[in-house]
Amino acid sequence: MSTLEVQGLGHDFGGLRALDDVTLDVPPGERLAILGPNGAGKTTLFNAITGLLRPARGRIRLHGEDVTRLGPHARAQRGLGRTFQITTLFPDLSVLDSVLLAVQGADPARFALLRPQTAFPHLRARALALLTEWGLAERRNVTTRLLSYGEQRQVELILALAAGSRVLLLDEPTAGLSPAETAQVAATIRRLPRDLTVLFIEHDMDVALDLADRVLVLHQGRVLAGGTPDEIRKDPRVAEIYLGTPHA
Amino acid sequence: MILRAGAAVGALAVLPLALSSYQVDLLTKMLIFAIFAMSLNLSLGYAGLPSLGHAAYFGVGAYTVGLLAVRVWNNFWVDMACGLVAAAVAAALFGLLALRAEGSYLLMITLALAQVLWGIAFGWRRLTGGDDGLPGIPRPAEGLPLSLADGRRFYYLVLVCFVASVAVLALVTRSPFGRALVGIRESARRMEVLGYDTWRYKYVAFVLAGLFAGLAGNLFVYYNGFVSPAYLSIVFSAAALIMVILGGAGTLLGPVLGSAVIVYLENAVSAYTQRWLLVLGLVYVAVTLFVPEGLVRLLRRRKDQAA
Repeated sequence: MSTLEVQGLGHDFGGLRALDDVTLDVPPGERLAILGPNGAGKTTLFNAITGLLRPARGRIRLHGEDVTRLGPHARAQRGLGRTFQITTLFPDLSVLDSVLLAVQGADPARFALLRPQTAFPHLRARALALLTEWGLAERRNVTTRLLSYGEQRQVELILALAAGSRVLLLDEPTAGLSPAETAQVAATIRRLPRDLTVLFIEHDMDVALDLADRVLVLHQGRVLAGGTPDEIRKDPRVAEIYLGTPHA
Repeated sequence: MILRAGAAVGALAVLPLALSSYQVDLLTKMLIFAIFAMSLNLSLGYAGLPSLGHAAYFGVGAYTVGLLAVRVWNNFWVDMACGLVAAAVAAALFGLLALRAEGSYLLMITLALAQVLWGIAFGWRRLTGGDDGLPGIPRPAEGLPLSLADGRRFYYLVLVCFVASVAVLALVTRSPFGRALVGIRESARRMEVLGYDTWRYKYVAFVLAGLFAGLAGNLFVYYNGFVSPAYLSIVFSAAALIMVILGGAGTLLGPVLGSAVIVYLENAVSAYTQRWLLVLGLVYVAVTLFVPEGLVRLLRRRKDQAA
């Protein structure tokens, strides 16, 4: 059974067809890169999959269950996690408090009203373990907005992982990073457990083709090409939209 | 922390012995408005839900207690319980409507809803006494082992309610639920994709805030022996808002400090002029210009710098 199935997804913003009959099928554990020029509909696709946007047409199935009508939190509860292209963190919370919120979101304790968070030591233990594993343990008490941009991108990733997701959508995890930082994030993605299914949007063709098992190219809301990194590298249509004629 | 809290409660408990009955009354009023401001702080300061209609729940609690005591059954426990339930129900209904909006739209809707109640209290003269209000509400006595007509005894009832409110709100704001409210204030989108049903959290915070506002309203009716449409008015809503912002939104005890300052100021200013609202407006401007983060955070920063 596919982990994630998207069928005939379509959506318009006013007169702009942002998504047009997008269909994709992601088997468990796959690393699927989504490529495409600006405005190709990549982030819109992610918003539709995670439920932040209700698509006008099409269906979305997660682990075989139709989730098209579920809200984002309900999809998150079913193991769908994501990061944002424009960093969407908790600016005034410390790194540890942010990760605690993410850990707590996947725990029944999230509804507790009259017991302090500290009464659930397993939350803190898991948050600290994650921070140690992903190399931010020493920065745990720093307020998020004081972190470097690269560190903030890392927190994005840790939050998505902390929520216990089995399917991870990464929206341009290396956007705005220096080459050194990009290499670091790429290494982090490579280290993700293999049973985790990962979809990622990536601008950097080399990074994308290096990390992906399979690549999907979107153009003007449509799936233009799909295949292994090698096939995509050789596809003349892909070369054209990236290197050739300018588009609107 | 528990030691310091105990010391503070002890101080508040012995303070009336050293004060005149006039000063005890003032202190009582400060504590009642502290509960009111803390209730708004839960929704505004923690969950980030602005409101210009928080007096609605204060007033619903107040009118419920007042009407029951004067017209139906003057029993402290029954009236108090009904007042709390009525305030919570009002918040539960208004929340369904108001929480569809965010930001300044939420501000407008809460204001409009509170104005509707104000209009009813003002216009339905046969029930509420209209603009004249409802006088002659006795201090709690029936159903209690001893009468609380005496100002000092009544103070202790208010103190018990105040301490209970602080304790409950301290727990709520430190709980996973309270931490989630802060997360929603900081980034609701992020909380959604982390698996939080943010609407549900905001709604519960809104209703809890209404409940505690109702408690403050109940006590204020007994305190004044009187209820009028002013209790539902934007003046009361705005006063609570200023108390929260002055003391420090999103801090547990900021609103208590804000309430003490505003109630004291109102009392002091009223001795010289009728134009209290003008002064209140000036205080608001000064606060947003000079201490936008609130007194509690300002004091904390001073302490950190000194250390």
